[in-house]
Amino acid sequence: MIEGAAWRKWVYFYIPLTIFVFLLLFPFYWMIVTTVRPDGELYRPWNAPNYTPFWTANPTLEHIQYLLEETLFSTWMLNTMIIALASTAISLVCGVFAGYALARLNFPFAGSLGTGIFITYLVPQTLLFIPLSDIVRNFRLGDTPWALILTYPTFLIPFCTWLMMGYFKAIPKELEECARIDGASRFKAMVYIILPIAVPGILSAGIFAFTLSWNEFIYALVFLSSPEQKTVPVGVTSELIRGDVFFWGPLMAGALLGSIPVALVYSFFVEHYVAGLTGSVKG
Amino acid sequence: MSVTTAALRTPEAASRSRVKGLLEDERWLAAALLFPTMLLLGLFIAYPFVKGVMLSLTSARVGEPGDWVGLANFAKIWDDPIFRRAVWNTFWYTGVTTVFKLALGLWLAVLLNRHFRGKAFVRAFILLPFIIPTVLSTFAWKWMFDPTFSVLNWTFYKLGLITGRINWLGDPDLAMVSVMVVNIWRGVPFYAISLLAGLQTISPELHEAAAIDGARPWQRFWHVTWPLLLPVTMVVVLFSVIQTFADFQLVYVLTGGGPANATHLFATYAYQIAIGTGLLSEGAAISLAMFPVLFLVVVVQLLYIRRVETR
Repeated sequence: MIEGAAWRKWVYFYIPLTIFVFLLLFPFYWMIVTTVRPDGELYRPWNAPNYTPFWTANPTLEHIQYLLEETLFSTWMLNTMIIALASTAISLVCGVFAGYALARLNFPFAGSLGTGIFITYLVPQTLLFIPLSDIVRNFRLGDTPWALILTYPTFLIPFCTWLMMGYFKAIPKELEECARIDGASRFKAMVYIILPIAVPGILSAGIFAFTLSWNEFIYALVFLSSPEQKTVPVGVTSELIRGDVFFWGPLMAGALLGSIPVALVYSFFVEHYVAGLTGSVKG
Repeated sequence: MSVTTAALRTPEAASRSRVKGLLEDERWLAAALLFPTMLLLGLFIAYPFVKGVMLSLTSARVGEPGDWVGLANFAKIWDDPIFRRAVWNTFWYTGVTTVFKLALGLWLAVLLNRHFRGKAFVRAFILLPFIIPTVLSTFAWKWMFDPTFSVLNWTFYKLGLITGRINWLGDPDLAMVSVMVVNIWRGVPFYAISLLAGLQTISPELHEAAAIDGARPWQRFWHVTWPLLLPVTMVVVLFSVIQTFADFQLVYVLTGGGPANATHLFATYAYQIAIGTGLLSEGAAISLAMFPVLFLVVVVQLLYIRRVETR
């Protein structure tokens, strides 16, 4: 707490916090303003006399209209959604199973397997994208959604496993033992007794995994080539720029609309997202 | 009739109960549960890694397996001035942004670790730079850095800080600074929220005790908060160092490695060589050159986690 006069509270707290919030959010404000600004105002040099950058008197939806009618943006949204949901589902199933095994079962090499999975968690996509592009081509997955649905779990599973291990470890062993005395098999005890308790963890892992797959860029850039297969980040990058010409209106509209699904998921599950984020770091 | 069906069912039922029996054994259940994970990680992490090493020792191009050339690709990139520049850029980029992200993130975390009205709201909003797809928010920055229509230039001009235009992404040194600014902007929320979670585990009583003993706010931070926060800080920094070191998207969108190849990082240069010019083997060598550093960071992280766990 800050002691003393009111001005101290302003200098040490309100002013720095306001500056932080302003700087962190300004680019998004800029995205919105650019989206609704007509082209005539958009391309007015910054030192022109009647330049009013921070608002517009004549808001327009022409860029959004262009984006939806003249480009494949809605296809990209659908592609991204399908890929993100499918890879999240695969990763959750794998992560929950693996996390359960590593946290609650005794078997040889459990420790080294856990460490191995943790290490794959730290492997960045940029280390492997070149050989992986070759492999994807050899498996005949190139330029299909499967290329991403099957490769995204490589960076989602380790994180889901790690997060679920934490949750499973916190559940007392006695619960399972009771169920087993009542005649449930190990697998049933896991599905009916332990999984329902771990739902908050599964939700956190799922939401974090969904935003990560929506965000992914380099695999999508390298593995997909035809415009109608692309995801939002890649489509916006490659199809809304012709040579050196940037269509800033539709670009910003695409950035804005492309962010909405993630922002919506995030706004409904802030607490779970934060739990996933901090859990992923704490391990 | 019923006898025959029962006789027909028996072997099936028997095998089913055998599977059930196996799954009652912890070792078999663990193997079954871990199988899908091992399959995917083996196919798409371990195999590509081995393949990447093999690739880097050949002269492969797109659609052409090439011949065994030993370490020729590594010798070639070692003498490549653009690669050397990229190595230097990557270290400089990682070092500078990590210092800023840690300092600003910690400051923001301390500000947020306080009760004020609208706290949940503020906390939710400041994470936006981290959750919004990086490529998309980076385009907003690219537009803000635009040489002709830059809002930053306008603002600084109106404030009387500059007289002419600043070519944010056109000048080699300034372009690197611009990329760093965007990286810091995107990373600060992650640091702040993670460190905030760490701060919240520190009991306020420790602070009160220190205050009663006469410690000033700065001393309380340095002698009470910081040591207790160190484990979380270490892990956050190591994670972020790996991500920053292997960064691709920011440079790809903002400068594409330009102007005149001055802002390449390992990943963007590997992309340009492998995908841009089709020299898969040389590209694989460039991205594998990241490996020793990443490996070192991972080892430090594992040792550190083990030390914390066994304490």
